[in-house]
Amino acid sequence: MRAINIRPGRGTALVLGLLPFAALAVAYLAGSALRLAENPSDKLLPALTTLAASIDLLAFTPDRRTGDYLLWADTAASLTRLAWGLGIAASLALVLGLLAGVLPVMRALLAPFVAFVSMVPPLALLPILFIVMGLGETSKIALIVIGITPILIRDLMLTATALPREMIVKAETLSASSWLIALRVVLPQVMPRLIDSLRLQIGPAFLFLIAAEAISSDAGLGYRIFLVRRYLAMEVIFPYVAWITLLAVLLDLALSSLRRRMFPWAEVGR
Amino acid sequence: MTALSISHLWKEYGDQIVLEDVSIDIGPRSFVALVGPSGCGKTTFLRLLLGQETPSRGRILIDGQPLPPEPGPDRGVVYQRYSVFPHLTVLGNVMLGPEMRASRFLGRRFGAARRALADEARAMLAEVGLAGSEQKYPAQLSGGMQQRLALAQALMMRPRVLLLDEPFGALDPGIRADIHALMRRLWNEVPMTVVMVTHDLREAFTLASRVVVFERPRDRPEERDRYGARLSRDIVIWPPRLAGRTTPYDTDRMPGRDDPTPDAAAAGTTRQAEGRTHASSPQP
Ligand SMILES: Nc1ncnc2c1ncn2[C@@H]1O[C@H](COP(=O)(O)OP(=O)(O)OP(=O)(O)O)[C@@H](O)[C@H]1O
Ligand SMILES: [Mg+2]
Repeated sequence: MRAINIRPGRGTALVLGLLPFAALAVAYLAGSALRLAENPSDKLLPALTTLAASIDLLAFTPDRRTGDYLLWADTAASLTRLAWGLGIAASLALVLGLLAGVLPVMRALLAPFVAFVSMVPPLALLPILFIVMGLGETSKIALIVIGITPILIRDLMLTATALPREMIVKAETLSASSWLIALRVVLPQVMPRLIDSLRLQIGPAFLFLIAAEAISSDAGLGYRIFLVRRYLAMEVIFPYVAWITLLAVLLDLALSSLRRRMFPWAEVGR
Repeated sequence: MTALSISHLWKEYGDQIVLEDVSIDIGPRSFVALVGPSGCGKTTFLRLLLGQETPSRGRILIDGQPLPPEPGPDRGVVYQRYSVFPHLTVLGNVMLGPEMRASRFLGRRFGAARRALADEARAMLAEVGLAGSEQKYPAQLSGGMQQRLALAQALMMRPRVLLLDEPFGALDPGIRADIHALMRRLWNEVPMTVVMVTHDLREAFTLASRVVVFERPRDRPEERDRYGARLSRDIVIWPPRLAGRTTPYDTDRMPGRDDPTPDAAAAGTTRQAEGRTHASSPQP
């Protein structure tokens, strides 16, 4: 039998999917044990007990100075910035992408500019943002927005223009105005795609968030990681990285299930 | 009085001449079938009638008036694909046109107006044989059902002209016979002129009151760009088929089948639909 025709069953697929995770865990444990055997004060790969103690301290013990639970305070600060960034980016993209996707004049106006702007490396703009907007929340949110909006706009524009011409003409024969075509024909059909491209932009959004927090902040997941870096506090960095990853995965799943629930028709044709 | 009057129509795409000096008058309530070899410009001709493309030369009159430069609700259309909206249910698809016509800002109706419209839409769906599928999405329908839906959706706007581009080309012969019966009945009952492009000569001759053939008089490869298709033949069916009247030669039955019930049932029975049609035909 050809390899392309061998399909794993459900159980096998589950085991296969878990295998890389298990391999990673084993590699970490082995590496950690080896290094600690050689040098008990090694900081690079802390033992599980050290990690557990550190997590307990970060998540379940109030900070002595502020009385906050550090992990939750950092998470709240970061997620607030992320939510603002993603929300503003998605709304901007929806309005501009739809305009450019539906109206040829707006497309002629916006497409070259958006294509140009999307090539600006956002991190290079970070100093400018800090200078112009100060070191507060605005500049961090602005970085996320600047980083992901152009791509969202271009994606929506492509999705809108890729709708079959016949469908638009059909809507015209049903007495739709340009506005109604945008509202009742194009908008509902690009919404699932907007959510999907938002999912793909969660990674970049976290990247910009952490970069901004690393430079200037007093709370946040990225701030904490870069703060403790000086002390080589791997027992803090590892749990934070895992936590950020988990948050991103959960956000992705939430958006995916939102799309399935809001746009059941998009699933039917798959 | 003509429904569509096309005189000296040319269409060129860049250097390529697609249609060359096409003139034809189409009477009100006629059913014109357009046939011709692939690539001869049938779809282009339909797009010109729709207002989706503008003629390079010549003019088109609809009921004596110049054709508006963009598609509008007086001309309905059904394509082979992409005719219905995937994000709306069957009922939503049929209601969309009247909803958008009545509500220019939200494109939706509410309350009693919505219920009345939904009833009208259900009656139209029953007429095309889609009763019971109101809440499905188009992707859950078979090809034949999707085309019925597209017809119902277009007819809700009560268009003066219905343009069909190979609407039944992708259907298998059995389904096609059912939908032919439906098409003939709709043409008889709804006051509209039909122009249908088809590849199927038999379909053309079973449905149409007039069959028009497009052909390139010069079709050698080196001539293809410089000479477009002309109207090469114009056949009026004899005995004349008139909308609203059946000739003894017309039959909704498939030849070789003696049990007409499945067809009649699938197409919705004429008797049931009669009361509704009379009640709701506003145009003379
Ligand atoms: N938008 C366009 N730009 C350039 N050329 C076009 C365009 N639309 C159609 N053509 C050309 O016009 C000619 C006629 O095309 P059309 O689609 O009208 O043919 P058709 O008779 O409908 O063919 P078929 O039976 O295969 O559907 C083709 O040679 C095609 O290449
Ligand atoms: Mg064609």
